[in-house]
Amino acid sequence: MNTSVQAPPLAITSTSVSKPASTFNRDTATANALKYFLLLLLVLALALPLVAVLGQALLDRNGAWAGLAPWSKLIANPNFFPMVARSVGVSAATALLVVPLAYLFAYGLQRTLAPFKGLWRAIALLPLLAPSLLPGIALIYLFGNQGLFKEWMNGSIYGFWGILLGEAFYTFPHALMILLSALSLADARLYDAASAMGAGSWRTFRTVTLPATRYGIFGAFCLVFTLAITDFGVPKIVGGAFSVLAVEAYKAVVGQQQFDRGALIGLLLLIPALLTFCIDGWLQKRQRAQMSSRAEVLTPRRQWRRDALYTAILLAISAALLLMIAVAVGASLVKLWPYNLKLTLMHYDFDNMDGGGWLAYWNSLRLAVGTSIVGTIVIFTGAWLMEKTRSNRLLDNALRFLSFLPMAVPGLVLGLGFVFFFNHPANPLNFLYGSMAILVLCSVMHFYTTAHLTAVTALKQIDPEFEAASASLKVPLLRTYLRITVPLCLPAVLEIFRYLFVSSMTTVSAVIFLYSPNTVLAAIAVLNMDDAGDVGPAAAMSTLILLTSIAVSLLMHWGLGYWVRRAQAWRSAGKKH
Amino acid sequence: MLTPLSVTAPASAPTAAIAEALSPTSATFLSIRNISKRFGAFTALDNVSLDVRQGEMVCLLGPSGCGKTTLLRTIAGLAKQDDGAIHAHGMDISHLPPQSRDYGILFQSYALFPNLTVAQNVAYGLNARRLSRTQMQQRVAEMLDMIGLSGSEKKYPGQLSGGQQQRVALARALAPSPSLLLLDEPLSALDAQVREHLQLEIRRLQKQFNITTLMVTHDQEEAMVMSDRIAIMQHGRIEQFDTPDRIYRHPATPFVADFIGQANWLPFQRLSPHQVSVGALTLTVDEAPRQHMGNNDHGRLFCRPEAVDVSPAADAANRFSARVVDQIYLGDRYRMMLELDELPGQRLMADVANDVRARLPDVAAQRMWIALPQQSLHLFA
Repeated sequence: MNTSVQAPPLAITSTSVSKPASTFNRDTATANALKYFLLLLLVLALALPLVAVLGQALLDRNGAWAGLAPWSKLIANPNFFPMVARSVGVSAATALLVVPLAYLFAYGLQRTLAPFKGLWRAIALLPLLAPSLLPGIALIYLFGNQGLFKEWMNGSIYGFWGILLGEAFYTFPHALMILLSALSLADARLYDAASAMGAGSWRTFRTVTLPATRYGIFGAFCLVFTLAITDFGVPKIVGGAFSVLAVEAYKAVVGQQQFDRGALIGLLLLIPALLTFCIDGWLQKRQRAQMSSRAEVLTPRRQWRRDALYTAILLAISAALLLMIAVAVGASLVKLWPYNLKLTLMHYDFDNMDGGGWLAYWNSLRLAVGTSIVGTIVIFTGAWLMEKTRSNRLLDNALRFLSFLPMAVPGLVLGLGFVFFFNHPANPLNFLYGSMAILVLCSVMHFYTTAHLTAVTALKQIDPEFEAASASLKVPLLRTYLRITVPLCLPAVLEIFRYLFVSSMTTVSAVIFLYSPNTVLAAIAVLNMDDAGDVGPAAAMSTLILLTSIAVSLLMHWGLGYWVRRAQAWRSAGKKH
Repeated sequence: MLTPLSVTAPASAPTAAIAEALSPTSATFLSIRNISKRFGAFTALDNVSLDVRQGEMVCLLGPSGCGKTTLLRTIAGLAKQDDGAIHAHGMDISHLPPQSRDYGILFQSYALFPNLTVAQNVAYGLNARRLSRTQMQQRVAEMLDMIGLSGSEKKYPGQLSGGQQQRVALARALAPSPSLLLLDEPLSALDAQVREHLQLEIRRLQKQFNITTLMVTHDQEEAMVMSDRIAIMQHGRIEQFDTPDRIYRHPATPFVADFIGQANWLPFQRLSPHQVSVGALTLTVDEAPRQHMGNNDHGRLFCRPEAVDVSPAADAANRFSARVVDQIYLGDRYRMMLELDELPGQRLMADVANDVRARLPDVAAQRMWIALPQQSLHLFA
């Protein structure tokens, strides 16, 4: 044995002495090339469009500094301040309604022993799979002129109440996810201490639970407000005469060709989004700092009265969310809601209606598949480059900033930016305008940050020395990326794929400015059909989008899940030990 | 390299001497010259130089933040020095990328690829273009045999214990036959028994392969057990680079004296070249004034607790009466906290073996004679 070990087949001298090694670092060169490519992409498809929005808002038609003139023109409009007040009012009301409800829901899931938690959770996340137009349509069928409970609202669903309820449906899962994670962090030792000192459950909640989750509550509040004020799906459908900023920006650009006015309102909407973005970053740091590594995990104990109460709350909120979906789905399947409830598929005969027909649906599928394939590759590889390789600091920081920027930019503003930038006659990329490619590009950018964060979280969990170990073994960086990093992060990669698919299936806000007759999308068809008064087909198309999202999510969960578990035999092998 | 023309005995000696002088690789394998590295305002490495001989095992030892890991990563090419040069094999590798430097490395986290089997991990660095499938399998089997894990080829790292995983990592690092082995706190994540076992195992393989090895550790005992020489680092500088024995018995600086083992420190004034005063006491010392003390005629006197003689002959030098203030049982010995009668307020530690303590006459009376042997007293500024 000794001799075989001491006479290794690879002689030392052959590798390192005879051949003068080059100082050229193949791995650094690869990483740098990929990073510059990503930088180019982010500059072209994110930074320059945003600059174009700024230019449109701040420069006059000759490209000179316009100063405050456009702003004073915007403000001079007597409708402007009432409109701002309406937007802020209805968004704040939404946040005030949604955050407490979502808190109760999250508390029920994380801190009680209520039954069927998986089911409640799945129902509560369903709105993420539907376009934001769906709650609007459902509300019309419930309380509108043809509504089941028409007399309850007396027609006042068109306006404040409609927007409030619709946005509540749309933003609920977003608030829930933040609060679930805030409530998942709990140090059992604090609760033991509180009960040892004789604190009752209300006092414990006030002095332990609430302070520990206050950052989450505040973060959820900001997020819901921002989502509601920048969304125009719901107000477009049920807003009626109650005009809000988001719809106004859309009308200014699409209806009236007043690009500068659209850009100004877009910039206004950027303010709450940017604020939320900054607050969120600050909150996350505080939240993390709060939890010491020695904290013990809190496991709820059986308390019959509390558990029963929270089961009732979970049931009630889930029922309300399901009702909205059920009404939209149900109405799409009957002849004339609510007068003739005979089952029919006539609303699904899209080719004989305005709005784009089945082409819109197939286009949406193409967009979703394209966005998830391109997006997953670009975003995951980008996150890996940023996490695991070092280049010059300027490049790394620029990439990091640009990866976080999309979170702060409402889809509406991004869409406007794409119009201003790519539709400019002097832009050599002008040929992209009106193509499917630009829709894919826009969607990848729109959903970049969430996918990026998912990737970063997964990458941070794997050993930081893999790249160093692989370099010492003289294995090229990219080979280790493909053979080690990607397989290790496969669950996150698939989650990014699913997220991008569902998001581009349901989105309206950015792409509404960019589609052409050939690339009309399903969610846009919903809007157009609703505009044309075809509410039944609009409900049908919404249903189809929802079903597609659910099907893909389930497919990823079960079908691919099976494959992933097989490909990740090492994971379960490790646990058996 | 030099073909001897004559085969007579007298001629061969100078030839060998010339060969050694001409070829830096025969003695020094790794030569680090004036390496500096700064992170912003923080100086991680301050003009560090170090020569490691072929086949030698050297430990970089120091508290956290002393620069030892940075130095290792600089040698690996994972961090880039601001100044200075690194030579290996007599070749300048200062600016080579890690792939071209020819070393194997072990990390505290093992950094085994969890989705590859043990055999795939070990084979990861074997060049598929230069080795046939059978050669690769043979090499993997050889390496696993060497670390005593034959039969675990198809297991995943998650199925192995921490110690086994680090052995696989060692096999993976050595499989491509690198000329240098770098160990970055490889045993810190393991529990004490496994750690002791692996210390000896790594040392055995290191000697067997005769591979030049550099290890980073913050565990002084580990450094003592494993190294030929230890480089003690602090504030980005090497305080002392010497054999374990000399580092322990002749620390070059107060920092080294304090960092390795336990120490008594007493303030002194120099009276004459071989006499100092500590308070009211007069002590005889071996050491002449050292250069680094400069013109200082006062400073701190250093003595190891186990060097204190607790049963001195009546005519022993530096013999004093003491009171026992406290005794701490340490298993294999006692640590006695003493106060010299002529030095009130100043504590002195003395480590005493159990059987020696049992024979002490006055231990019950809490009084005893001690001596501070002059050869074990060191003076520092």
